[in-house]
Amino acid sequence: MSGKLGRPVCLVGAGMSKFGAFPDKDSRDLFVEAFQDLRGSVDKGLDPGEIEAVYLGNFSSDLFEHQGHLAPILADWVGLTPRAALRLEDACASGGVTLRQAVLAVAAGAYEVVLAAGVERMTALPTEAVTDTLATAGDVLYEFPAGFTFPGFYAAMATAYAARYGMPYEALWEVARKNHLHASRNDKAQFPMTIREIMDRRIAKAREKGGPVPGWKDEREFLRDPGANPPVAWPLRLFDCSPITDGAAAVLVVAEEVARRFTDRPVRVLGTGQASDACLYGREDLTSLRAAREAAAQAYTAAGVKPSRIRLAEVHDCFTIAEVLAIEDLGFFPPGQGWRATVDGATRWDGPLPVNTSGGLKAKGHPVGASGVAQAVELWKQLRGEAGARQVPGDPDVALAHNVGGTGQTCVVHILGRG
Amino acid sequence: MANDVFTRAAWERGLAQGKLLGVRCGDCGAVSAVPRALCAACRGGNLGWVELSGRGTLAAFTVVHVPPTPLCAAGYGRDNPYAAAVVRLVEGPAITARLVGVDVRRPEGIRVGAPVRAEFLREGDRTVLAFRPEG
Repeated sequence: MSGKLGRPVCLVGAGMSKFGAFPDKDSRDLFVEAFQDLRGSVDKGLDPGEIEAVYLGNFSSDLFEHQGHLAPILADWVGLTPRAALRLEDACASGGVTLRQAVLAVAAGAYEVVLAAGVERMTALPTEAVTDTLATAGDVLYEFPAGFTFPGFYAAMATAYAARYGMPYEALWEVARKNHLHASRNDKAQFPMTIREIMDRRIAKAREKGGPVPGWKDEREFLRDPGANPPVAWPLRLFDCSPITDGAAAVLVVAEEVARRFTDRPVRVLGTGQASDACLYGREDLTSLRAAREAAAQAYTAAGVKPSRIRLAEVHDCFTIAEVLAIEDLGFFPPGQGWRATVDGATRWDGPLPVNTSGGLKAKGHPVGASGVAQAVELWKQLRGEAGARQVPGDPDVALAHNVGGTGQTCVVHILGRG
Repeated sequence: MANDVFTRAAWERGLAQGKLLGVRCGDCGAVSAVPRALCAACRGGNLGWVELSGRGTLAAFTVVHVPPTPLCAAGYGRDNPYAAAVVRLVEGPAITARLVGVDVRRPEGIRVGAPVRAEFLREGDRTVLAFRPEG
């Protein structure tokens, strides 16, 4: 398993829908929105007839929307039948896995132009039913009856990490504060606002209503208040968790030899890796994801780069603790140091290693099947210098995406570079 | 028990009798706290049931305030949270289970590394595995 691609592969277009809660929109509507955004991103224009196959990442349209067999419907909704259309599922890593399979298919010579997309429409169900559905990404035989929920899994990892490394739980809020800061500069984000802005809004609303006005002096007081930031699965509270989101994202994956047909500024896929692991009870260590370390090693080897070469990263921050584990598993910081680096601002957009400039899953939103693809959309923008107010300074040329399924039973890593 | 295939159903029948069953590999000695027909360590098929001691240490835990539907129906929720844990058994493997005998209103007092012992909770017509801190 060399990890080398059979031939070079590029991204030549990228787009996403607005992320949020949209009661009137079904997954096909979100997908069309992402598709149209992608079309607008192709510098020399895209004739959709050039797309040879549609790869779709989706976790659970069956349970969220009572709709199976989603890929051909979406292909039809953008006029792409009779092209091959297929769905890939690896829980919250469905999007990253889809991108990887599209890359491998193009690298193998099966296709020259593939649309890799992800979609999830989650908000039609009540919260308990969403909790049930997400829990199916764990082990329904041995973990679900024990009472574990998805936040519960990561909460447990947070207790193991804190016990080993002495992390105070409030340090995790720095992940949330940073990612909300980044999202405040991303108009596609579900929460395009800082936590301070969310707090100020609540104060203003309370004033308007004429009721008691909360006395929070700053973000920390707001986050400490169990009324404003209630526990979901201790030690994780509401602001440690990514939201329930509707959204779609898409990238156009092509063989490098045809990339110039679409753009003179492609983004190159330098490396890809994927790995698996047992469920939580089957692991030796709960303070690191082995699948993430393994997938990262594959991608670094394929790309021929070291972690120090990465200029920015989009990582799977489904919960604040997950970002801390990610930046350690990817080799950016030594084990036990990720939380300190975050508190020190090392991962802010203007820091030495910007992480989740899009706002991450935490604040941009987490439509699970779309998230891995949306990470690539952000890196596409950053590597082309098109990220606007959140553009990482210094002309970044190598970036990494890290997408996790379940509690780390799947991890997929991509390294992208300016073409 | 010896004639049971290595399934969750057989494992749950063990719980109903107050036994925590696992399987041990006759070739490499690896123990799993859940039944499986192939050894994950050596991939051999020479597995046999063992009754585990039910003693271990708390590897990780959480207190769930937003439960899944079945536990909501059982009366759990924001006003009545419950604890769940990953326990590392003295025989080596880990298992996920409910955590009882702890103050869910003061989770900062629950200690990772604490010794725990298995209990068997009756919930409706099922028996659910739980652990309680010792001493």
